[in-house]
Amino acid sequence: MSGTTANPSGNLSGVKSADSGSRKILQPAWVRIVHWVNAVAMVMMIMSGWQIYNASPLFPFTFSRSITLGGWLAGGLLWHFAAMWLLMVNGLVYLVLGLATGRFRKKLLPLSARGVIGDAKAALTGKLSHDDLSTYNQVQKLLYGGIIVVGILIVLSGLSIWKPVQFQYLTALFGGYDVARYVHFTCMALIVGFLVVHVALAVLVPKSLRAMIIGR
Amino acid sequence: MLTFKRTKLIPGVDRQLLVRDATKLMPDLTRRRFIAGGASLGALTLLTGCDVSDSASAESLLTKISKFNDAVQAAIFNPNTLAPTFAESAITRPFPFNAYYGPDDAPNIDGKDWKLEVRGLVENRKSWTLDELYKLPQEKQITRHICVEGWSAIGSWTGTPLRHFLKLIGADTRAKYCWFQCADMDGYNSPLDMATALHPQTIMAFKFDDKVLPRAYGFPMKIRVPTKLGFKNPKYVVSMEVTNDYKGGYWEDQGYNSFSGS
Repeated sequence: MSGTTANPSGNLSGVKSADSGSRKILQPAWVRIVHWVNAVAMVMMIMSGWQIYNASPLFPFTFSRSITLGGWLAGGLLWHFAAMWLLMVNGLVYLVLGLATGRFRKKLLPLSARGVIGDAKAALTGKLSHDDLSTYNQVQKLLYGGIIVVGILIVLSGLSIWKPVQFQYLTALFGGYDVARYVHFTCMALIVGFLVVHVALAVLVPKSLRAMIIGR
Repeated sequence: MLTFKRTKLIPGVDRQLLVRDATKLMPDLTRRRFIAGGASLGALTLLTGCDVSDSASAESLLTKISKFNDAVQAAIFNPNTLAPTFAESAITRPFPFNAYYGPDDAPNIDGKDWKLEVRGLVENRKSWTLDELYKLPQEKQITRHICVEGWSAIGSWTGTPLRHFLKLIGADTRAKYCWFQCADMDGYNSPLDMATALHPQTIMAFKFDDKVLPRAYGFPMKIRVPTKLGFKNPKYVVSMEVTNDYKGGYWEDQGYNSFSGS
C-alpha cells in the first residue's frame, strides 16, 4: 500500500503537522484496554505475591498485611492463581498485537546506548521535551522495552517455581528452584520500581494519562 | 522460662527455632476468612469498581477458580513426568522439621503396636504390621521436597512404591483417590489422586537418609510424593482408603489447591 494513502485505522504516525496534534490517536483502543486490564492484574499479582512471600521470606523483611492480598498464604495463593489467567491471557494478546501491528517496532526501535545516555542527561537537566507524545525518547524506549522483557521473565520464572517437575528444564534454565524464586522476586521489584516512576511521570505529564484513557 | 532438655530432634537444629518455624504455620482465627482485612483491598476496589471486600462472594468465586485450576492442571499435565533426582551431596542437612505443631507434639508411635489399616475399594482389607511392610521391595530416591510456603529441601527417602502395594492388596486402581489418615494431633488427612498414587516415584517411605524414618519426619511411615507439594506427603500414616469420593484434607479444606502438583 502506498504511504500517501489515507489510513483510517488511526495510525497517523506519518502525520507530523502541528495542527493535527490534538486530533491524533496517541493510544489505540486495544492498547488502552490491555493497559488497564494489565494494571488490575499486576496489582493483584503483586499484592497476592507479597502475601505468598511472607510465608517463607527470601530476605529479612516481610510485607505489611495492610498491603497484601489474601489475608494468609492460602488466600494469597488463590488470588495469585486466579489473577494469573488475566495476566497471561492479556499479556499474550498484548505481545501478539504489539508484534502484528508493528507497534513494538515503531515505538521501541531504534534504540542505542548513546541515545539513552543523551536523553537521560536531557531529562535530568530538564531539557527533554514532552511535546510529542507519539514518539518515545530513548529512555522511554529502553524502559518500555525492558519492562516487556521483565514481564516475560516474571511469567517464566513463576511457571518454573509453580511447576518445577513439569517444567523442570525451564526451572534448570533459571538455575534451579531456589534461584528461580529470587529471579521471580527480582522481576517483581523491577516492575514495582517501574510502576513508581511510571505513575509519577503520568502525574507530572497529565496529557499522557489522558491519552491512555481517552486515546488522545 | 522453660528450660529445654537439650536433646535435639534433628541433630544440629535448635529446638526453639523449630518451634518458632512451626508456630508460623499455626492456623489463626483470621485464616478461614482469608479475604478479611478490607483496608488492603481499598486500591483494588477502586480499580475494579466492585467491592471485593464483600468476602463471601469473593471467596466463593476464588474457590470456583481454584477448582477450575485443579481440573485444568489435571488435564494438561502429564501425571507420569518424573521428578528430578539429585546426588547424595545435594541432601539438605539438617533436613527441616515441618508441621502445624511443635516437634514435641509430633506423634510418638510405637512401631510394635502400629498397623496400617487398609479400607475401601480393595480386595484384601487386612491390616499390615511394620515387619510385614518392611519385607516388601524398596526403592530409594533423592528428591526435592517443596513446601507450599515456597521453601524447599532435598532429602533421601527409601520405601515401597505405592503402586506395588496397591497391586498387592488388589486395589481398584480405576478409583479416583487414595485417602490417607494420619496420627497427627487434630487428625491430619489428605487425598491423593490415583494417577499420582500410581506414579513410579510415589513411595511408602520407611527410611530417611538410609536410617529408619525418625519421629520428626513421620515414623513409622510417610507417603513420599515428589511430584506434589509437601502437604500432599502425609506423615505418621495410620490408614489408607481407596475411594471414589473426594473426602477433603487438613489443608485442602482450608483453601490450599487440592491438585498442588509440581
